[in-house]
Amino acid sequence: MTFPTMLMTMASGMLRTILLFILTLLGSIPFGMLVVACKKSKFKPLAWLTEIYIAIMRGTPLMLQLLVWYFGPAYLFGWKVGKFSIFGLEYRFIALLIGFVLNYAAYFAEIYRSGIDSMPVGQYEAAEILGYSKPQTFFGIILPQVVKRVLPAVTNEVITLVKDTSLASILTYEEVFSLAKQISASQTSFLPFVVAGVFYFIANYVVAWIMKALEKSMQYYK
Amino acid sequence: MANTNMEIENNQDKIVLKMENIHKRFGHLEVLEGIDLTVKHGEVISIIGPSGSGKSTLLRCATFLESIDKGEIVYLDKKAVTTSNSGKVIYSPKAEMKEIKQYFGLVFQQFNLFPHWSVLQNVMDAPLKVLKRDKKEVEAEARVLLERMGLADKADSYPCNLSGGQQQRVAIARALAMKPEILFFDEPTSALDPELTIEVLKIIRKLAEEKMTMVIVTHEMSFARAVSNRVIFMDGGFIVEQGDPEQVFGNPSRDRTKQFLKSYSEQA
Ligand SMILES: Nc1ncnc2c1ncn2[C@@H]1O[C@H](COP(=O)(O)OP(=O)(O)O)[C@@H](O)[C@H]1O
Ligand SMILES: [Mg+2]
Repeated sequence: MTFPTMLMTMASGMLRTILLFILTLLGSIPFGMLVVACKKSKFKPLAWLTEIYIAIMRGTPLMLQLLVWYFGPAYLFGWKVGKFSIFGLEYRFIALLIGFVLNYAAYFAEIYRSGIDSMPVGQYEAAEILGYSKPQTFFGIILPQVVKRVLPAVTNEVITLVKDTSLASILTYEEVFSLAKQISASQTSFLPFVVAGVFYFIANYVVAWIMKALEKSMQYYK
Repeated sequence: MANTNMEIENNQDKIVLKMENIHKRFGHLEVLEGIDLTVKHGEVISIIGPSGSGKSTLLRCATFLESIDKGEIVYLDKKAVTTSNSGKVIYSPKAEMKEIKQYFGLVFQQFNLFPHWSVLQNVMDAPLKVLKRDKKEVEAEARVLLERMGLADKADSYPCNLSGGQQQRVAIARALAMKPEILFFDEPTSALDPELTIEVLKIIRKLAEEKMTMVIVTHEMSFARAVSNRVIFMDGGFIVEQGDPEQVFGNPSRDRTKQFLKSYSEQA
């Protein structure tokens, strides 16, 4: 296998890695907000359930969670998930998405929560005196400031996600890391790992650059 | 002419705020033990007293940031809170409270400006979003207000780039933009250096001359003496003494007031 052929083969894996990465963010960043809302709910059973969910997501390995999402339905309920698909997506990919989104949403939720809790009570009181409604206060005054406060922590999480996508290989999702392993074994070459490493490095560099630009765009105030 | 004079006189008799027998507890701590406070239109009232005497709590109860445990609060013609014979404290329905809340503004010790908005946005946003007023009108008024606060050139600045005194003046403009009937100040200059204190006090004095109804918690004794129509001395959750500033400062009738004023002049 020539180097260009190898690159071409691995490019499809890179695309799958990027796809998983983007879909996970698109799902977990908003879902994390819903999780915070549930955790802060006045309806206590919901708040407790949410707390348990967060504890499990953060307390067990993501790899294990992926296996549970994929094999769980078959073992627990005898469902034949292999044939199951939504919008032409095979269950393998759906299980991956569920696993990644739920896991990352839990981490994002904790980050949002600490951001919300760090807001000075004076902001709420000033808004209350001026007559803002609760939603106006949250979305207009609190949330924009929380976004700025949590951005560095979110960046860390996003960079971890770039690397965590390699865990998808456990469900034989052919992202860049799985392909590197396969090609390396079949060609008895170390080169695929170098390519994968360079890919992750560049991906993280791009992510860090985007997040820095976002942080910069909010530096007009302290 | 006669008519307008009459109107002004009528206005001066208008009672803007009436608080009666206000009680407030935090756990077992009795912080307000039966406070009565009536504020007439155009009156400027200073509240002085040692730290922990309940001054902030009184303002926070008046502005509904804290709920009361007993008593009555009426703004103009609208009852906000009453206490039934059985001792149950009843706040008016939400819609009515929303209207009542537009009668007052509050200026905080820590300014509490919205840091992510420019000065102009800070002043304009509530009239736009809460009162749903026309943008052009609101902006014109906001600029006039900033001009009056001596901040015309700061409209596009962000709070973090202003001095404390400038921030507090923006906070005053933000409160005035809602056209309150009465404005409360909770130690508006306590977070400021002496030079910056002066510029904020000047603004409040100007408002007093324009007959803005105000209740000011302050430790600036000479300011309180010069500006207010009435001074209230609070201690331990009670109003110990109140009256004309010359009387309270020049010839206090209670020993506790004398002690407090003496300790204050010694500090200064
Ligand atoms: N949210 C609160 N919870 C418990 N105690 C409070 C709270 N707010 C004020 N207090 C207590 O009430 C008393 C009066 O406080 P405050 O009204 O702030 O006094 P002042 O403004 O005159 O210094 C103080 O003893 C203070 O510790
Ligand atoms: Mg106070």
